[in-house]
Amino acid sequence: MKQEMVDRIKNDPDFLQLTRVRSKFAWTLTIVMLVIYFGFVLVIAFDPSLLGTPLSEGSVTTVGIPVGVGVIISAFILTGIYVRRANGEFDELTAKIKAKAKGE
Amino acid sequence: MKTLLLVLLTSFAAFAGEALTGEVEKQALNMSAIIMFLIFVGATLGITYWAAKRTKTAKDFYTAGGGITGFQNGMAIAGDYMSAASFLGISALVYAKGYDGLIYSIGFLVGWPIILFMVAEQLRNLGKYTFADVASYRLRQTPIRTLAAVGSILTVVLYLIAQMVGAGKLIQLLFGLDYEIAVVLVGVLMILYVTFGGMLATTWVQIIKAFLLLSGATFMAIAVMAHYNFNFETLFATAVQMKETTSIMAPGGLVSDPVSAISLGIALMFGTAGLPHILMRFFTVSDAKEARKSVFYATGFIGYFYILTFIIGFGAIVMVFQNPQYLDLAKQAVDGGAPILGGDNMAAIHLSHAVGGDFFLGFISAVAFATILAVVSGLTLAGASAISHDLYASVIRKGKADGMMEMKVSKVSTVILGIVAIYLGIAFEDQNIAFMVGLAFAIAASANFPILFLSMYWSKLTTRGALFGGSLGLLTAAVLVVLGPTVWVDVLKNAEAIFPYKYPALFSVSAAFIGIWFFSITDRSENSEKEKEAYEAQFIRSQTGIGAEGAVEH
Repeated sequence: MKQEMVDRIKNDPDFLQLTRVRSKFAWTLTIVMLVIYFGFVLVIAFDPSLLGTPLSEGSVTTVGIPVGVGVIISAFILTGIYVRRANGEFDELTAKIKAKAKGE
Repeated sequence: MKTLLLVLLTSFAAFAGEALTGEVEKQALNMSAIIMFLIFVGATLGITYWAAKRTKTAKDFYTAGGGITGFQNGMAIAGDYMSAASFLGISALVYAKGYDGLIYSIGFLVGWPIILFMVAEQLRNLGKYTFADVASYRLRQTPIRTLAAVGSILTVVLYLIAQMVGAGKLIQLLFGLDYEIAVVLVGVLMILYVTFGGMLATTWVQIIKAFLLLSGATFMAIAVMAHYNFNFETLFATAVQMKETTSIMAPGGLVSDPVSAISLGIALMFGTAGLPHILMRFFTVSDAKEARKSVFYATGFIGYFYILTFIIGFGAIVMVFQNPQYLDLAKQAVDGGAPILGGDNMAAIHLSHAVGGDFFLGFISAVAFATILAVVSGLTLAGASAISHDLYASVIRKGKADGMMEMKVSKVSTVILGIVAIYLGIAFEDQNIAFMVGLAFAIAASANFPILFLSMYWSKLTTRGALFGGSLGLLTAAVLVVLGPTVWVDVLKNAEAIFPYKYPALFSVSAAFIGIWFFSITDRSENSEKEKEAYEAQFIRSQTGIGAEGAVEH
């Protein structure tokens, strides 16, 4: 990439918008995932009996089962949320930036 | 198709009933397994032949031409990641310990969202064939490529040994073949797939395997649940009754202290994001959009699979545990308890027999074999690429290698890696190899991932920082694993471990990041200034894909 193109793109407001919004979005989701997972792990480390509590009076199923499956499903949902926004909004912005970089 | 499914679904109920009470019949030669396995081998060799005709350039060889769709790649990633070890091992862990198996499998899943949010599309936008392309994008080629290649090859070889030993034992048990013959068979098939069919054949072997494994596991889980009217409470209650303990419904001893818990979590999370054979898969799609979709589908398939293995593990508790048909009487006479034939790792295999009879046992055995083949092929391809693309083309020929020659080196490397894998697979037959996958993840998390991640996000990264910090992470991981309980006590038979924790990642990953940071900011060389300046252009390309390698239409 030529330096003048670098300078042009880096000052393009669309590019600034893209990188700012996306990086905030990606970091937020990363932190959500880290909190969910390490929260789960820390409960196991510090208070494992919490997950061993029966779901309701007299049931064998413990709180840990829906929580564990919930962690798996949350991973899938978080990727879905990211892909939906990135393949729509972010890719439209990227296309605009690319068009300007090539066109002008 | 629907009627077939219906027939299958209705017949299993009859099968399952009989299997639980029927006569003990041990088969020496599992014909249905062998026939289904031969069909799989025939089909995959056919695909390899088809793929070989389409693999003409180095780009075809490494990335299948870059035209794989997001859905296909997601399926192939799942096929690459769901190893026989995770299918049999996690269901065995659930079978033995219950809830702990779920904790373990969750660790293997949560790395995927991180890969998506942080590295997937950037990787696609910056790289060509290997993750070292990205790590060394603006740094000095020779040192960074060498380090990345060493990290890749170590990860691949450790992982390969674990797979080969597992393959040999499994096939010995399932098909009655000799261990050596089984290992050689796996090695030879994998060499054929990769040398002739390259990434295209490897991808399709992985897709087919993922489909077979997911179908087989789905069938098993449904069969188990059907027995309990799809009521989990009844399933769990029966399992608790069989095991005579409620401990299987709560976290047990898998992670005992906070340091181990966090360390294991870091190894699994960041290790996944540093596995060369996984990272390589992102170069097979055309652009960032498809790369993202790949992770979305892969996360779905893998997560679904782990939920299935949890049900399968509990299914094995209720249908296999204490079932006289699967009891290892000889072992029971010596050790007592209720050991099953072939050990806990056979829990899922026995369950397949319990729910679907000999035919389904054969199917699952063949799927387990297919799984091994798909995983070792992906590993070997990644290892061979590190040798040919990073070491040969970039370090030795300084980027001036001819594409055809590079591809030849890659094929030769595949053959050599295959032979090494066969040799080590046989050499490690009776060794305790439990630490190897852990070590592979530790190295991937401590050397590969920090360099890759900081090369994308930290403008002040320099060659010196990446080289010293990355090496520090790699060495710390290796040394701490050796001094820790898994090697120092379990393998070397010392009384007490010098390093008390099983999982070193918390320490080795920190060492790598701190090392990279320190040796980068203290780097005053002229070259380091240029490297920092080059970040801007790299950042633009990583964010927008301008200048990235495009796809080739087939």
